[in-house]
Amino acid sequence: MTRMARTLFDKLWNAHLVRDLGGGTGLVAIDRVLLHERTGGIALKALEESGRPVRDPARVFVTMDHVVDTLPGRGDRTIMPTGTDFILATREAALRAGATLFDIGDPRQGIVHVISPENAVVLPGLTLVCPDSHTCTQGAFGALAWGIGSSEAEHALATGTLRITRPKQMRVTVSGELAPGVTAKDLALHVVARLGSGGGRAHVIEYAGPTIAALPMEARMTLCNMATELAAFTAVIAPDAATAAWLEGRTYAPRGEDWQAALADWADLNTDDGAAFDREVAIDAADVVPMISWGTAPQQSVPLAGRVPRLAEPAPDAAPTTPEAHARALAYMDLAEDAALLGLPIDAAFIGSCTNARLPDLRAAASILAGRKVAEGVRAICVPGSTRVKAEAEAEGLDRVFLDAGFEWREAGCSMCFFSGGEHFGEEERVISTTNRNFESRQGPRTRTHLASPATVAASAIAGRIADPRELEAH
Amino acid sequence: MEPFRILRSIAAPLIRDNVDTDAIIPSREMKSVSKKGLSVGLFAGWRYSDVDARVPDPAFVLNRPEYANAKILLGGGNFGSGSSREHAVWALAEYGFRAVIATGFSPIFRGNCVRNGVLPIAMDPAPFDEPGLVLEIDLPAQEIRGNGRTWHFDIDEEAKLMLTEGLDPIALTLLDRPAIDAHESADRQARPWAWSVLPQGDAA
Repeated sequence: MTRMARTLFDKLWNAHLVRDLGGGTGLVAIDRVLLHERTGGIALKALEESGRPVRDPARVFVTMDHVVDTLPGRGDRTIMPTGTDFILATREAALRAGATLFDIGDPRQGIVHVISPENAVVLPGLTLVCPDSHTCTQGAFGALAWGIGSSEAEHALATGTLRITRPKQMRVTVSGELAPGVTAKDLALHVVARLGSGGGRAHVIEYAGPTIAALPMEARMTLCNMATELAAFTAVIAPDAATAAWLEGRTYAPRGEDWQAALADWADLNTDDGAAFDREVAIDAADVVPMISWGTAPQQSVPLAGRVPRLAEPAPDAAPTTPEAHARALAYMDLAEDAALLGLPIDAAFIGSCTNARLPDLRAAASILAGRKVAEGVRAICVPGSTRVKAEAEAEGLDRVFLDAGFEWREAGCSMCFFSGGEHFGEEERVISTTNRNFESRQGPRTRTHLASPATVAASAIAGRIADPRELEAH
Repeated sequence: MEPFRILRSIAAPLIRDNVDTDAIIPSREMKSVSKKGLSVGLFAGWRYSDVDARVPDPAFVLNRPEYANAKILLGGGNFGSGSSREHAVWALAEYGFRAVIATGFSPIFRGNCVRNGVLPIAMDPAPFDEPGLVLEIDLPAQEIRGNGRTWHFDIDEEAKLMLTEGLDPIALTLLDRPAIDAHESADRQARPWAWSVLPQGDAA
């Protein structure tokens, strides 16, 4: 009898299934737990108070990213009121627990989903969780990585496992070549606009096909990062030679014989021919163009050169919406149906976040910014995703390009991807941003956020209005 | 955790799509390293006309007197999307909500509900948005009753077990410690590369 064809997810699930708990739930072994100061301190302290030890501190990694300042010369003090309490509580709890801490001032510090791959904390075939919804970013490495709440983090810390309802499976196959100037961020927004903010609910999404295989690792991370904007359980991409080449030699990557053994194991981490999915979606890369969000949910995104959709005449591929959601988004964003997005004046531009603040993202923006100036009156900020990204960018002279153009050049962290009570963009200011969420008040009370790629944000910062980077010749 | 069996309450309608966790508890309302004291920040951006002075906006559903003691919240599609912050559920629970009936939930939010004694029911909330309607949610029977009608709802066995028994999932899982130990021993043999790289080597 031939063996059942299995998906990548089936293989990851089976390898980690400690026990089938019945009713579609499994007790699943967790290889790595990542924490950050926004919720890590709470999880570790709550566990301590319950009298339970961390089962295996060696598998726990902690960073400072969410509330830490990104201003030059930062320390434990924060613009966010009470932010220091989060930093101190998390540092103390991490040290008491014996976890590995990437603290402020450590060259390994940065946004959790940037530094984990950088240090090879995530590896193909691992299960990895973090109390952060963008943990799906790390599925780009062929790991099963997903976001959890604080209680589940306590559970993973105490038991080395989680009780998981097995998700359904969806494969999104992308074929063809992305046109010049079309990035993984545009592809991610294209997918969300088409499937909808709830389009991946209860599914693990495998991104597959020749277009995905051709994406560099950073682009794969950007794509997987936004799976949570589809309400997906997580996303995965089968590891390949590019994955291994990217990881080799990094801090926690296997070495010597272990590296060879790992490569042998990873060779089987792919979906068998004939394996069945609950849902299949096919995307032609030729249909993907530079995108921008117009509303207050990521699915409210359209081609950069397009117009705010009419509720009555949605784009042929667009996910359904309700009149109430459509009207509310229009009012919040101060836009009318059929308005052009190109040319809309902006107040600020932000390059940062776990979506788009890795080295190739900064290079793409810098190639637009070189020799140009940010438009008068536009506040422009670049926050590298990690201290390492910042150092590598500075070694290439990218910091000078950003600074000469009129951008602020910051220390690594999540920064103004979200508003935490401290620093924010102003009320009703229009911001173009490389981040992942355009929710109401996400970047500050009543701030209006448009999501786009780093190149689009850079071009818009120069123009002072939403602009197409393809119309500016890269220097 | 308090077991969830039968709940009787009026249901407060907040039937909008994509009510995200930033809206349920704005980030700036998460001021302390604690699970407590969050209910005052629940829906702060919508609930107050002046957030800093805590001036209630009379137009917001929770400020309407008939919903003052509502223990059930009605939501639209993709309820609880966005950040994984469990504070959203802690704030809802502390405010008094024990159940949310919404068209659909973000998976992390849904899991956070179950782990904090809040019942997430995925179904069309429209039939329950009726002035003065008191609902009886019977979790063991998986039924909602009201106005002489009965509706069935689906929930997976694990969530039902956690909620009806008020179980501490960590305690439950620790009963499986021998199976976890055995799995890890076997995995160290099968995938030495996944273990040897850890900062403290073979810590266990």
